[in-house]
Amino acid sequence: MSKDNQVLEELTSKEYEHGWTTNIETESAPKGLNEDIIRFISAKKNEPEWLLEWRLSAYRQWTKMKEPKWPNVTYPPINYQDVIYYSAPKQSAKAKSLEDVDPELIKTFEKLGISLTEQKRLTGVAVDAVIDSVSVATTFKETLGELGIIFCSFSEAVQKHPDLIKKYMGSVVPVNDNYFAALNSAVFTDGSFCYIPKGVRCPMELSTYFRINAANTGQFERTLIVADEGSYVSYLEGCTAPQRDENQLHAAVVEIYAMKDAQVKYSTVQNWYPGDKEGKGGIYNFVTKRGLCAGDGSKISWTQVETGSAITWKYPSCVLKGDNSVGEFYSVAVTNNYQQADTGTKMIHIGRNTKSRIVSKGISAGHSQNSYRGQVHIMKRAEGARNFSQCDSLLMGDKCGAHTFPYIDVENKSAKIEHEATTSKIGEDQIFYCLQRGIDEESAVALIVNGYAKEVLNQLPMEFAVEAQKLLALTLEGSVG
Amino acid sequence: MSVTTTDNLTGQIVSAVQQKINVKADPLRNEALQIFQELGLPAPKHEEYKHTPIARYLEKNFSFAASPASGPLADIKRFFIPGVDANVIVMIDGVFSQAHSRVISPETEIKIQSLGEALAAKNPVATQHFAKYLDIRNNSLAAWNTAAWNQGIFIHVPDNKVVETPVIIYYISNATAGENIVVNRNLIVAGKNSQATVVEKFDSTGSANHFTNLVTEVFVDENAGLDLYSIQHDLNNRFQHNITEIFQKNSSRVNTFTFTLQGKFFRNNLHLALDGEGIESHMYGLYLLNSDTLADNHTVVDHKKPNSFSNELYKGIMDESSKGIFNGKIFVRPNAQKTNAFQANRNILLTDKATVNTKPQLEIWADDVKCSHGCTTGQLDEEALFYLQSRGINKDTARAMMLYAFAGEVLDYVKHPQLKDYLDSVISDRLHKNF
Repeated sequence: MSKDNQVLEELTSKEYEHGWTTNIETESAPKGLNEDIIRFISAKKNEPEWLLEWRLSAYRQWTKMKEPKWPNVTYPPINYQDVIYYSAPKQSAKAKSLEDVDPELIKTFEKLGISLTEQKRLTGVAVDAVIDSVSVATTFKETLGELGIIFCSFSEAVQKHPDLIKKYMGSVVPVNDNYFAALNSAVFTDGSFCYIPKGVRCPMELSTYFRINAANTGQFERTLIVADEGSYVSYLEGCTAPQRDENQLHAAVVEIYAMKDAQVKYSTVQNWYPGDKEGKGGIYNFVTKRGLCAGDGSKISWTQVETGSAITWKYPSCVLKGDNSVGEFYSVAVTNNYQQADTGTKMIHIGRNTKSRIVSKGISAGHSQNSYRGQVHIMKRAEGARNFSQCDSLLMGDKCGAHTFPYIDVENKSAKIEHEATTSKIGEDQIFYCLQRGIDEESAVALIVNGYAKEVLNQLPMEFAVEAQKLLALTLEGSVG
Repeated sequence: MSVTTTDNLTGQIVSAVQQKINVKADPLRNEALQIFQELGLPAPKHEEYKHTPIARYLEKNFSFAASPASGPLADIKRFFIPGVDANVIVMIDGVFSQAHSRVISPETEIKIQSLGEALAAKNPVATQHFAKYLDIRNNSLAAWNTAAWNQGIFIHVPDNKVVETPVIIYYISNATAGENIVVNRNLIVAGKNSQATVVEKFDSTGSANHFTNLVTEVFVDENAGLDLYSIQHDLNNRFQHNITEIFQKNSSRVNTFTFTLQGKFFRNNLHLALDGEGIESHMYGLYLLNSDTLADNHTVVDHKKPNSFSNELYKGIMDESSKGIFNGKIFVRPNAQKTNAFQANRNILLTDKATVNTKPQLEIWADDVKCSHGCTTGQLDEEALFYLQSRGINKDTARAMMLYAFAGEVLDYVKHPQLKDYLDSVISDRLHKNF
């Protein structure tokens, strides 16, 4: 009990705790998007010619595409010419070690609870910190390097490992996959790159922390994870942004390539600024995440806790190409006030005996709308495929909505597909039981919600699970009674 | 298929309608035809017709330009459901056949007449409800029907009448001489505290392709009960698009049964609007498909008011290269508290050429509700098969037993005993049940 109280007390005092900004000098591109801006970004990053061509071809395809209208969300049209596509903290020279990094930046991340100084880290998590458009620091590089693991910012990878980038970038999410992926391919600024060599089990959690700081900017980062045969990696992603009245765009791409018997676990705690109580401001989070189980026996697991963003549009997917490969998706999506979320997954079964599991828990409160949209597709060749999906929705209050749109397409008779979904509210009897035991209503709700989401939270690495629990309670604060 | 061919086809249908009917004389038909022209047939990527390319089916199998010929009609008594005392209505090629029809219930109990005549005579009940529930703005097939329907049946059960004798409407398409296109429109009004059963059965003679665009609007007043059966078991080349639009008032009860057993192409749009409290709605469906049959069931249950209950059970067995499609939507509107809505869809695939696409969908804006859906796809349980074989039952019989049991769950809900026997025999034959 005392622990629960402490969690709640901590939370009741503030609303969005990461809403501050840091005063750091930044260097930005002018507003707007055209081929010159793309050339500017590419030149800034000192990129090779082929990458510039790749970006330009993405841009040309993007201009021909239309913004998708099918998601169950509404927002005023985005003016893509009113966004700054490149913003970077000013640095005299590229920082070689942490001592060279602007102390303001280090403070920023410390304030977020992410220490970049390695000796202070006890938890054994290697972090790549990304602020606005660029990566500022990556920790534990040497330790990882001894095992042959490459973990660095995307720009650095382009310079140092062009072969790998050239081979795998766009192999899972093609340039013209969708509107926002094409936009990202044209203007992406940084992100993380990770390569785990054959047979290596990554000894620590790898993590990227994204922070939007400058105003009017969009964040377009790209993450690429390549897991070679028999390797294992667990990857974490966290994100926050300052409190502002205007909406900011975040369109990221995450690609995972898993070879034979490789295992990748990708966890996200998404806490972008969700807008205020009236629904003003907040981040538009339009993200394409996809993993390819290319080799036999590979496994990709997505876990996400979505609490932030004004609008979330995100479908972490698995393409199960290798025989006996496994895809998993665990999600908790919480929406409050005027937040809108349209999120879910796609499981494409191509190989034999492929298995997938989907557990999605939606919680809506306030005036929010929360949708699950998922597809399970069993292709003709996918003999013996197996899928289990469960998507539950919890409604708090009578102004919010919960929606599910599952698509199940089966082309092979040996497939076994199960899907179930429920929608309900927190039972009065459950709350009454807690009240009767002396637990006040707010704590009771936190308790019940945590129990409801437990199946997903259990999948998170320990440090994240604690943060996620707090976030859940915070997001729902004040939504009862 | 390109967009232009869809446009061409739409144009052909429009001119065929204009040749047959003077749409200008009727503002509603005129408006509907304009809407149809604007919307066009559903394009291949249309979300609601994603797996059911109706335009392609129509284009491939029909030439709307030619005026349909009709050949001699053989004995039609063979299509009748045996052993049922019923009010029999026969529609041949979409035209009411007085000679074959027979109404045995007294007119005080149930009024059955042509919808066109009822509207022309300004029947107050018919004019009050006709075209009030169908949304022609968002569905081009509904617009087509509204513009082009030539005949239909109007059934009115007055307040406080309980009609024990079911009404059976036999739709018989005569496709002996050439292709045949039928556009029918029905209206069923069940008055307060009334009770009735309506069965629709679809058959044909001849091997040419025939298409039916059928819309049935149903109004169920307070405390009334209505059972609706649709038996789709046409041994020939039937292509059919059904829209059933049901509007329910307080404490009414509706049971619908959709059996899709044979034919080429069926699209069933079943839409229930629960505009009252204490309503109970049950939807049952069974699709046993073989050869290259496509059966698409799209159901929508719209809970508009509090305290209602809806339950849906659709089961399917797909054999050979058939295609089964299911889309079930449940809407719970913001003030529809204390709603209970359940939905289940279960499928068995018997071959690798057969496919199933299901999309159960919940859209909920009220918090104090209990809603769930479940859906499964698989094949027969190997262990259960083995168990039966270990008891000395040969594999084919064991298989038939299991499939029959699977289908039987839906059949169990059929209330009318003779109808149940008939359906049971048809389904048993199909599943080669001989135990």
